[in-house]
Amino acid sequence: MTATRTIDVPGDRNNAGRGKPARPGRPGRRPGSLFRRPAGGAAGRPDRRSRYARKARANATGYLFMIGAIVCFALFTWYPMIREVIMSFQRTNFAGQTTWVGLANYRHIIADPGFWGAWRATALFAGLALVFGYAVPFVTAVALNELRHFRGYFRLLVYLPVMIPPAAAAFLWKWFYTPDNSGLFNAVLHVLHLPTSQWLQSPHIAMLCLVLFSTWSNMGAAVLVYLASLQSIPGELYDAAEIDGAGILGRVWHVTVPQTRLILSLMLMLQIVATMQVFLEPLILTGGQSGTTTVVYLIYNYAFAFNNYGSAAALGIMLLVVLMGFAGAYLRLARRGEEG
Amino acid sequence: MAAAESGPRTLISPAQLSRGHGKIVYWSVLGLLIPVFALLFLFPLYWMVTGGLKSPAQVIQSPPSLLPAHPAFDNYVTAWNDLGLGRLILNTVIYAGGALLFQVVFDVAAAYALSKLRPVLGNVILFAMLAAMMIPATVLVLPQYLTANSLPFLHTSILDTPWVIWLPSVANGFNIFILKRFFDSVPPDLLAAAALDGAGPFRTLWSVVLPISRPIIGVISIFAAVNVWKDFLWPLLVLNEPSAQTINIGLYHLSNGIPEDVFIAALAIACVPTIVFFLIFQRNIMAGLTAGGVKG
Repeated sequence: MTATRTIDVPGDRNNAGRGKPARPGRPGRRPGSLFRRPAGGAAGRPDRRSRYARKARANATGYLFMIGAIVCFALFTWYPMIREVIMSFQRTNFAGQTTWVGLANYRHIIADPGFWGAWRATALFAGLALVFGYAVPFVTAVALNELRHFRGYFRLLVYLPVMIPPAAAAFLWKWFYTPDNSGLFNAVLHVLHLPTSQWLQSPHIAMLCLVLFSTWSNMGAAVLVYLASLQSIPGELYDAAEIDGAGILGRVWHVTVPQTRLILSLMLMLQIVATMQVFLEPLILTGGQSGTTTVVYLIYNYAFAFNNYGSAAALGIMLLVVLMGFAGAYLRLARRGEEG
Repeated sequence: MAAAESGPRTLISPAQLSRGHGKIVYWSVLGLLIPVFALLFLFPLYWMVTGGLKSPAQVIQSPPSLLPAHPAFDNYVTAWNDLGLGRLILNTVIYAGGALLFQVVFDVAAAYALSKLRPVLGNVILFAMLAAMMIPATVLVLPQYLTANSLPFLHTSILDTPWVIWLPSVANGFNIFILKRFFDSVPPDLLAAAALDGAGPFRTLWSVVLPISRPIIGVISIFAAVNVWKDFLWPLLVLNEPSAQTINIGLYHLSNGIPEDVFIAALAIACVPTIVFFLIFQRNIMAGLTAGGVKG
């Protein structure tokens, strides 16, 4: 920014000869895109130079505004993404020397005896979360939307667990799941003369326990999102369906679901991506026991228990590819839905 | 809340609900749902609070008692005095406040520039920022951790400092997305008028755009604070110093080696700040949840 001769912005008296571009907060500086000043008076060279100067200064202003965000994105998103890819092909030894090892990290992680188990656990969690965590909030929202009284009460209560620090909520549930009869859940079953359970220590239902906790603590947000979108459904559609003889379930299927299709599919995609990354639940509730070591848990173990960054990165890349696959499929379906 | 709200009709028509049969069904369903919700969402909290009032013997008593036999606040006092919960909560407040501030300042400025100043390559930067939303957070934590452990060029570590929470929180594609979408909807005439009055880009942002953006900035602020309060994996990796930890991480490290009754009291204390915060900002939080979403 050497060219500082600008044309005559009114009120811009004291910038002559300043090399510093675009100090914000000063009246009279304006970005080129807001509006274009007509070229004033003198034609030819000096005018063109000043136009470039103004453009350059507008750009500098723009980047000055963005610099904080750009630095943070670069440090904590863009650079780590590249680094993750590179790390997955490298190995660092104890002396800190880094060598390229090709696909060795990938082969190493696939050969881990827990590799397929981790994917199974992750798929099981995501699958069970679809049955519970996805259906329950929608059904709850549809039901709550019919209630004309105590609406505030229901919303407040369903959202309450979302506001509890997740670690506190998880420890609370771990206590509820205590396998002897001092645990809340077993005590309830005992009172009802039902057989008690080992809960988190049972390989058969440990994952279900995690999903139930996860649904309890997260469903509030989804319920509120669904409620908002249910309220935008025009009442005439229900009238019309009713005239056509549709019962309550028929109206849900032919009016409610199609009318909330976009939000339903978006929430589906977000939920799959979120549940495939489950970590807190197995870490706190089961410590990865009873077959609950998920993919992210395995990444965590590789990176921070075994200090094998390369294999952790390789597994991370695999997870990325799978999740991008879901997101890509969603985008394709969403686009087709828009066209159709 | 007793008065019926009259909105557009929903799944079941108002006529059906006010007729004899429908009325009975409606009120019995409502009468059933009120206690069921209390049981599902309030009773666990009741159990936690009273659990903290029980003696060690009562906590492991089988079957457990519904009411503490001799309620005592000893556990709460011990938890508060000996476990450093105040420090953990204060840390989390500081991290949340700073994350909120950094996100509002940096992301608003960036989104404004991308929307209205449109510098060269702005679209490329916008794309890169939005693409970041697609990358699952857990995939990036390892390289992020290594970066925070030794910043490029500076070669210093920001682990165990507030920066390690504040700076990554700014890299939030969702913020950029909803802010830019909002700024795009600000009429250009308004900005042109400000420019005619001699306002530079900063002054325009400060006195013209920000006042009308208060609702959207409120949404971002709430998400920023709540995210810090809920985040687990990242603070678990980068905050090892007990005096720097958030409430989630502190609880995780405390969970071993303290008596269960004291720990339950600690859980109850840990829940207080966010629940109070929620009760105060209930309306804004619930409105904010849906404001950023798509219209169904």
